[in-house]
Amino acid sequence: MRRSFTDYALPVFVFLAMIGIWEAVVRINAIPPYVLPAPSLIGATLVNDWETLSGSLLVTLRITFEALFAATIGGVALAILFARSRWIERSFFPLAVVLQVTPIVAIAPLLLVYLEANTAVLVCAFLVAFFPILSNMALGLASADHNLIDLFELYKASRWKQLILLRLPSALPYFLGGLRIAGGLALIGAIVAEIAAGSAGQGAGLAFRIVEAGFRLNIPRMFAALALISASGVLIYLTFTLLSWALLSRWHDSSRERGV
Amino acid sequence: MANMLSLRGVDKVFASGAQALGGLDLDVREGEFLSLLGPSGCGKSTALRMIAGLAQPTRGAIEWRAGRPEVGFVFQDAVLMPWATVFDNVWLPLRLAGLSRAQSSSKIEAALELVGLHGFANAYPRELSGGMKMRVSIARALALRPALLLMDEPFAALDEITRQKLNDDLMRLKQELSATVIFVTHSVFESVYLSDRIAVFSSRPGRVAAEIEVSASTPRNDEFRLSPLYAQACKKASDALHAAMGEA
Repeated sequence: MRRSFTDYALPVFVFLAMIGIWEAVVRINAIPPYVLPAPSLIGATLVNDWETLSGSLLVTLRITFEALFAATIGGVALAILFARSRWIERSFFPLAVVLQVTPIVAIAPLLLVYLEANTAVLVCAFLVAFFPILSNMALGLASADHNLIDLFELYKASRWKQLILLRLPSALPYFLGGLRIAGGLALIGAIVAEIAAGSAGQGAGLAFRIVEAGFRLNIPRMFAALALISASGVLIYLTFTLLSWALLSRWHDSSRERGV
Repeated sequence: MANMLSLRGVDKVFASGAQALGGLDLDVREGEFLSLLGPSGCGKSTALRMIAGLAQPTRGAIEWRAGRPEVGFVFQDAVLMPWATVFDNVWLPLRLAGLSRAQSSSKIEAALELVGLHGFANAYPRELSGGMKMRVSIARALALRPALLLMDEPFAALDEITRQKLNDDLMRLKQELSATVIFVTHSVFESVYLSDRIAVFSSRPGRVAAEIEVSASTPRNDEFRLSPLYAQACKKASDALHAAMGEA
C-alpha cells in the first residue's frame, strides 16, 4: 500500500477545486442562500447547528451500526446454514432474493404500520444490509479449495473443524467485500426509512432533519445534513476497507501490489 | 515382500456415466516405490483417490492386509491454506488429530527439516516459490509419519531443474522414512528413475496393462541415470505405454 504523494494530493486537489468553483459561482452571481448556499455558509451552518445535527448524526449512525451488526450475525449464520444443507438453501434463498429486489422505499410504509417507528427504521436498514452479507458469505463458504476439502476428509476432520479451519477462512475475503457494500447500504436503508417515518411525524435522525429543514426552507441546513450523511458513508467505507486490508494483506491477492 | 493392499476387479463409473476404471487389479507391496504410469484420463488419479479413501469403487474391492494405515497425500498443486503460515499448514494433520501447537512443534520442525525448509516456518505460502510450496506440501504429508505416501503428479507443474532436485530429495526421504510410496505420473523417465516397480495404465476404461520391475536395490543417482539399466527400463516402460495407448 505504498503510495506516492500525488496519489493522495490529486483527489484532494480536485475536491478542493470543486468546492472553490462552487463558492465562486455563488458569490459572483450573488445566488441567494435559499436557492443554492455557498460551501462557506454550509460550513457555518454545520458549526452553528452542531448541537441539533450531531444528535441526529448519532441517531442515524446508531441505527446504521445496529442494523449492520444484526445483518452480519444473521447473514453469516444463514449462510453457514445454507452451506450445511442444500435443502435449506433451496427453500430459503428465493425468499432472501424477494426481500432484496423489493425496493425498501416500498416496504418502509408497511413496516411503519406494524412496528414502532424506530424499530421499523432499524428493520429497513437491516433488510438492505442483510443480502450482500448473506450472498457473499454463501459464495465464500462454497468456494473453499476442493483439494483442501479432500485433505480435510483424508484426515477425518469433523464438519465443525472443516467449517472453522477451512470454510470460514476461505470465505473471509468474500465476507469483507460484502461487509463493505452492506455498510453503505445500511446507511442508505436507515436514511430512506427515516424519510418515510419522518413524513409520518416521527424520528430524529439526519434524514428527518433534511425533511424538517425542507419544510422550513432552511436550504443551508439541508446541505449541512447531507454533507454529514456523505461523510458518514465515506467513513464507513474507509473503515471497512482498512479492516479488510488489515486482515488480508499478508495472504490475499486482493490486497497485494502486483510485482511489476 | 508382503502386499500392503490389493485392488481386485475395481470399476469406477462416475455419475456422468463416464467409466474411469474397469477391472483394475493391482497389488502394492510393503515398502516399495510404485509408479502408476499412463496417459492423462486413464484413471490413475482415480485409483489413487480410492486408495486414499476419497472415492469409493463402483464394483470390486480394496483389500488391506492390516487395515488402512496412516496415509499422506500430495496433490498436483501444493494445495496450501494461503491464510496460514508454513508452520500452521504443516500443523494441520496433527491439529486434526487433536495435537496442540506446542505438542506438534517438534514434529513440525522435524518435517520442515526433512524437506529442507528449516527457517521458513513463519513464511506465508505466497512468499514461496513453486518448488518450496511443494516442499511444504510434502512436509505436511509427512507430519504424521505415514506408512503410505500417495502422490498425484506432484512435480508436474515444476520446472525440470526443481523437479530433479525434488526427485532426489524424495528418494532420500523414502530411505529415511521407510514408507511405501505410490506415485502417479505421466513421465516415463521420472517413473523409471524413482520406482522399484511401474504399473502401466491403459485408458477407457483404465486398468493395468503391464507391470515393469525396475531393480529395487540399485541406488538412484546421476550414475543410475546414465546406466544401461536405466535406458533399458525406460525403453521397456515406453514400449509398454505405447502398447497400452494403442489398445485404447
